[in-house]
Amino acid sequence: MQKFSGFELFRRALGGHKSWQPQWRNPEPKAEYDVVIVGAGGHGLAAAYYLAKEHGITNVAVIERGWLGGGNTGRNTTIVRSNYLFDESAALYEHAVKLWEGLSQDINYNVMYSARGVLMLAHNHHDEISFKRHVHANRLNGVDNEWLTAEQVKEFCPPLNIKSMRYPIIGGALQRRGGTARHDAVAWGFARAADSRGVDIIQNCEVTGIRRGPSGAVEGVETSRGFIRAKKVGVSAAGHTSVVMAMAGLRMPLESFPLQALVSEPVKPAFPTVVMSNTIHAYISQSDKGEMVIGAGTDAYTSYSQRGALHITAHTLDAICELVPQFRRLRMLRNWGGIVDVTPDRSPIIAKTPVPGLYVNCGWGTGGFKATPGSGHVFAHTIAKDAPHAINAPFTLERFRDGFLIDEAAAAAVAH
Amino acid sequence: MTNRFRTASGGRIDRAAPLSFRFDGQTFSGFKGDTLASALIANGVHLVGRSFKYHRPRGFLSAGSDEPNALVNVARDAARAAPNLRATQVELYEGLKAQSQNRWPSLSFDAGAVNDLAAPFLPAGFYYKTFMWPAGAWKRFYEPKIRAMAGLGVAPDLPDPDRYTQNHAHCDVLVVGAGPAGLAAALAAAESGAKVILCDEQAELGGSLLSETTATIEGKPAADWLAATLATLTARDNVTLMPRTTAFGYFPHNHIALAERVTEHLAAPGPDLPRERLWEVRAKEVVIAAGALERPLVFPDNDRPGVLLADSARTYANRYGTKVGERAVIFTACDAGYRAALDLKAAGVSIAAIADLRAEVSGELPSRALAAGIDVRPSTVLVGTKGRLRVASAQLAKVTKGAVGPAETIACDSVLMSGGFTPSVHLFSQSRGKLVWDGAAGAYLPGTSVERERSAGACRGVNGLQRVLEDGYAQGEAAALAARTYTSPARGATPAPAAPSRSIPASAEDLGTDGFIGATPHGRNPAFTKAFVDWQNDVTAKDLKLATREGMRSIEHVKRYTTTGMATDQGKTSNMNALGIVSEALDTPVPKIGLTTFRPPFTPTTFGLFAGAARGDVFDPVRKTAIHDWAAEHGAAFEDVGNWKRAHYFPRAGEDMHAAVARECKAVRASVGMFDASTLGKIEVVGPDAAEFMNRMYTNAWAKLEPGRLRYGVMLREDGFVMDDGVVGRMAADRFHVTTTTGGAPRVLAHMEDYLQTEWPDLDVWLTSTTEQWSVIAVQGPKAREVIAPLIEGIDLSKEAFPHMSVREGTILGVPTRLFSVSFTGELGFEINVPSAYGRAVWEAVYAAGERFGITPYGTETMHVLRAEKGYIIVGQETDGTATPDDVNLGWAVGKAKKDFVGKRSLLRESMSAPDRRQLVGLKTTDPKIVLEEGAQIVADPAAPVPVPMLGFVTSSYHSAVLGRSIALAMVKGGRARIGTKLMVPMPTHAIEVEVVEPVFYDPKGERLNG
Amino acid sequence: MLIITCPWCGARPEVEFRYGGEAHIARPADPSALTDAEWADFLYNRTNPKGLHAERWRHIHGCGRYFNALRDTVSDFFVTTYKAGEKRPDIDASSGGSK
Repeated sequence: MQKFSGFELFRRALGGHKSWQPQWRNPEPKAEYDVVIVGAGGHGLAAAYYLAKEHGITNVAVIERGWLGGGNTGRNTTIVRSNYLFDESAALYEHAVKLWEGLSQDINYNVMYSARGVLMLAHNHHDEISFKRHVHANRLNGVDNEWLTAEQVKEFCPPLNIKSMRYPIIGGALQRRGGTARHDAVAWGFARAADSRGVDIIQNCEVTGIRRGPSGAVEGVETSRGFIRAKKVGVSAAGHTSVVMAMAGLRMPLESFPLQALVSEPVKPAFPTVVMSNTIHAYISQSDKGEMVIGAGTDAYTSYSQRGALHITAHTLDAICELVPQFRRLRMLRNWGGIVDVTPDRSPIIAKTPVPGLYVNCGWGTGGFKATPGSGHVFAHTIAKDAPHAINAPFTLERFRDGFLIDEAAAAAVAH
Repeated sequence: MTNRFRTASGGRIDRAAPLSFRFDGQTFSGFKGDTLASALIANGVHLVGRSFKYHRPRGFLSAGSDEPNALVNVARDAARAAPNLRATQVELYEGLKAQSQNRWPSLSFDAGAVNDLAAPFLPAGFYYKTFMWPAGAWKRFYEPKIRAMAGLGVAPDLPDPDRYTQNHAHCDVLVVGAGPAGLAAALAAAESGAKVILCDEQAELGGSLLSETTATIEGKPAADWLAATLATLTARDNVTLMPRTTAFGYFPHNHIALAERVTEHLAAPGPDLPRERLWEVRAKEVVIAAGALERPLVFPDNDRPGVLLADSARTYANRYGTKVGERAVIFTACDAGYRAALDLKAAGVSIAAIADLRAEVSGELPSRALAAGIDVRPSTVLVGTKGRLRVASAQLAKVTKGAVGPAETIACDSVLMSGGFTPSVHLFSQSRGKLVWDGAAGAYLPGTSVERERSAGACRGVNGLQRVLEDGYAQGEAAALAARTYTSPARGATPAPAAPSRSIPASAEDLGTDGFIGATPHGRNPAFTKAFVDWQNDVTAKDLKLATREGMRSIEHVKRYTTTGMATDQGKTSNMNALGIVSEALDTPVPKIGLTTFRPPFTPTTFGLFAGAARGDVFDPVRKTAIHDWAAEHGAAFEDVGNWKRAHYFPRAGEDMHAAVARECKAVRASVGMFDASTLGKIEVVGPDAAEFMNRMYTNAWAKLEPGRLRYGVMLREDGFVMDDGVVGRMAADRFHVTTTTGGAPRVLAHMEDYLQTEWPDLDVWLTSTTEQWSVIAVQGPKAREVIAPLIEGIDLSKEAFPHMSVREGTILGVPTRLFSVSFTGELGFEINVPSAYGRAVWEAVYAAGERFGITPYGTETMHVLRAEKGYIIVGQETDGTATPDDVNLGWAVGKAKKDFVGKRSLLRESMSAPDRRQLVGLKTTDPKIVLEEGAQIVADPAAPVPVPMLGFVTSSYHSAVLGRSIALAMVKGGRARIGTKLMVPMPTHAIEVEVVEPVFYDPKGERLNG
Repeated sequence: MLIITCPWCGARPEVEFRYGGEAHIARPADPSALTDAEWADFLYNRTNPKGLHAERWRHIHGCGRYFNALRDTVSDFFVTTYKAGEKRPDIDASSGGSK
């Protein structure tokens, strides 16, 4: 792998940047792999990278229907945080944040992790109790999160309107180590790092079937480019998980919803942090380029259309204009949709399945990006060892049968 | 300053109406009908902006909404500033003030231009390769620097005082674009009797016809035909014309969003007018007549001010009477360059040369150029330009067998380029229609339709004025016909070819389909040339090649890696050339590279337009009870509970919340208080099967509940967790008065309807929301009976006749009431339900009757304290969606003998009765003065290493004035078994010792309930 | 915003309706007879198809009734809507979207 650094950039500039090599190969699929990962999003690529790096399993293919990083990885609002309520969730997301903090150096790719803080706004007493419960639980779990009064909220994020609005802000929970990262760079960085360790990333290759042997165990995947034999198959297909798992005969506790986001035209720095308000449904930060990146809610109905309705976007902008009324004259530049797979308890599934050799990482709903390195890391462990890592052990499929839900949404009424 | 670059005559500007305006503090003049762009050009100003990354000087590239360079900030006043407006779309008005952007200290001297010198070290994606060391430096050092350099305009810093309105419209045929195709389509549809809306983003309807000076249509000059057609359309009452209205989004089921700019062009907008209007149109059929966009050519130094699109220069001359310069060099790959040359020459611009990429130059327009004595050079490319803040010369070189020969420098003050036209397929693509690559046209064209729409004219690759008009007419007719068979939204069929029923003869030069996609050859060292593809984002041909070298193979990757097409024009000027360059670099045909998805909006759209009136009190409805105003008059502080405003407490002079609540609590316990409980949800459950239905919906058993009795009901979700609770009165054998939590009412009703309609349609039950019908006045305290007794008629209030948990119907002050003997305070209590219209009157009467007992109105805070003293839970506070009835000590409310109820099966799972589940308990701090923080966690050993094992958390916590100490409720793992033990509540700096106790702090035997 | 044809009231905009999830998942007549796994399948597992989806809607700001719909989850066009209790029509996605 060619090293990336300021020096290399300088050196190769003198040669007109002619000597840069492809960041990843474009290989033909081999007949057989030890592990096939379905889905070259951030999670799948990270799993492949950690399989190679941590477990020495390099005969791995990541198979992607479209282009790597072209699904939810490239469509989200890039928020990273770990201030989740339950021990299980806090451990999982904190694991990811710790990896985020050293990720650029680890994979030698600047993923622009920017700990600009994630501020969640409280608009009523219920929010306040809920956020304080988070703050206390997070502290005891070693996750930073602090309660700010309304005045402290205003001081930390001066553009916010805190008083003259329908639901005035009464305080907020701030995770200073939270922030944003550059979504495409995460996919590309993991792709490059995995590729350099021998992983084949096979794009434009659609999985059309999962072949199971007489024992029921996985034998490989049928694809648009032929059958690929594999001892183990890890599905990391986000919104399309139900479709892929159905190929193995499994019904999943998942529904796929459209989730929209939008950006404004770029402006000079005008918004210093990430602000989330679940009560009035608004999520906003400013990208390095200057665009206001705004997340909307999901549409009401399941869909694979990758777009949503105007009234969902409009409702989000109602809330943004309440929170930051001086942004009313900014303009929407681009509005897009992704497909998010949602579980009944809004927590992910990273687990073995009833089919031997088949593993699944799904159900991240609206919050998968922030977990990318951590999720890939424990998914790799689960595949390599045929057993979950302690961190993802609670995130099984069986928890729904047994009633061990990890219900962040119900517990906190906070979106991811 | 004078308009030195005005043509002698002509154009659609009103030369009798001069206007004065300011740009970067300098005063200029223009005319009514000018855009800011045309007026600046008329004044000889071309330097209007700086590019995003290299801060290179930039001028106007186009004359329309595709403009990537000329972005300005227009401010009427401090609060009415709008950044990033395209000068090409800003209509001039008297006194307009505009500022250039992204430069410091000035437009002509911009310190950021140092980036241009460092450009070799800043190729596409450079930031992914560096700024990684030391860890943490990105956020602290590099990122702030990059952010300060990036961005374009400055966001407003005052709230926008303007209004935006939102409207809905329906029509048979919506025609998007009022150029020749759109006008003809609207005409045809209107003549067929269809209800038509015709919208266009420009101030004037007419599209390309506005720039025609020589063409004729049906024997008339184009301008006259346009005027006549608009007059015809205006006269028809089935046609709505909407200029300044951009169709920006195509949503499912032929839902098209239009943005109408109402006041932006007015010098003094009337106070009643909104700034913009959103139109949500439902069209039975849509005709997209969006035209085509001229494509720039990608050659070295193609970004200097004075380098423009040829057809835009023609528009400036013909429509705005403005010359882009005195001496132009033209670089073209199609006949549009010749048409521009001839029109500019006629306007008084000297044409130094026409460099034509094509070897074969023939046809009407080139012949006319030659005849006009213009220096036409086939097989010739521009290999560079010179000039600091304005182009001063162009280098032309002959291409022989692919080799670029020596360059000849030609002095000029403008360079006009044309790479052909790209059909505007944005809306079609937004509709989810599938685009197909047409090799002959060298363009993506509409293929398979999804919605009920059809494209007409240039946006589907039709060219030549007559063909465009006739295609428009044919599509308009076909759309009107199709609209007649409309029933409800359905997938559209790909329109069949339509032949016009009418010929619209027109004379105009046919530009053919020639064009060029990609970067033109220049023979220079590519490492030291900048040939721009995306002007605004400073993406050059070599950036795209670098991306392909680094393994980016799809256009989606190339776009994201280089940022090409991600500027505020969203690729209108850059996408096709980028595809061409990538196609060549990868030696792969264009259609194999893919196409980035077209997303709404078509052009940037104001946030305020979406938000409309939704701000402040109309952001979300404010619900108030009938007693609200009385509470406000009596000084209540309110809190938001859902969309309700509820009285939080009633402070007297000098009291803070703590003091007020202490007083209110004591008054209730000692004498009597009154509370507005009207926000409780109410549902009337009626029918022969009402009791059976209640049995299935609630955990409790209802069959044996006598009419006239109340019961506390617990409702579960099917997963076994507590969803809602409330007191239910059996009014008759077949009638229940159900109450729900304040926030839970709609959820509970929907839940009930779901089961009733879809699981048990055989049950004969009707559900009616009665939340708004009843005002509920809770009168609580030892004196409660004495207070209400004089007011009530028809009900025996004696303890024996009306025991706790009963309901009676009678009257109060002659108003019918459902009187509940019920308590959420632990005291003797009543809840008076009266029709809301009488709520305030009854409230006032009770207040007056209670005066002799010192009756004290109290708010939600006191209600919370009083119920916590009794250990009554609040769903949503003690429960969090993960609690079973047993967890919150409501196991007694679960009908054990019942075969089934919603949630019962889930409760049978082993985990639901595990002994270490969190259970409701009380907490008493060892130090009675300490009030625990709600949400605080509970542990056994606060000194344990992180992660500290947590046993539970505090759900409710108050100072109890009556008990003279703090109390708290908590959910604690295996809590009931821990009663009597000590636990710790760790705070950031210290830990608080608590004792786990029964969750009933006051009157544990419940003796006070009966008064 | 979709236009949804309520079988009782006719075509109305989506904001008048509330989505109700997958249709034809009947609550078991005797839940206590089910194993935990069978109960979880009823409670949580969903088909979530990419293509034709039988789903429930409620015309909450209209007649208040639940009804069922067949919708293509790729295009978001409805193929048909029908009253609660009626059988799922025997239609496949390719039959287009007329109703």
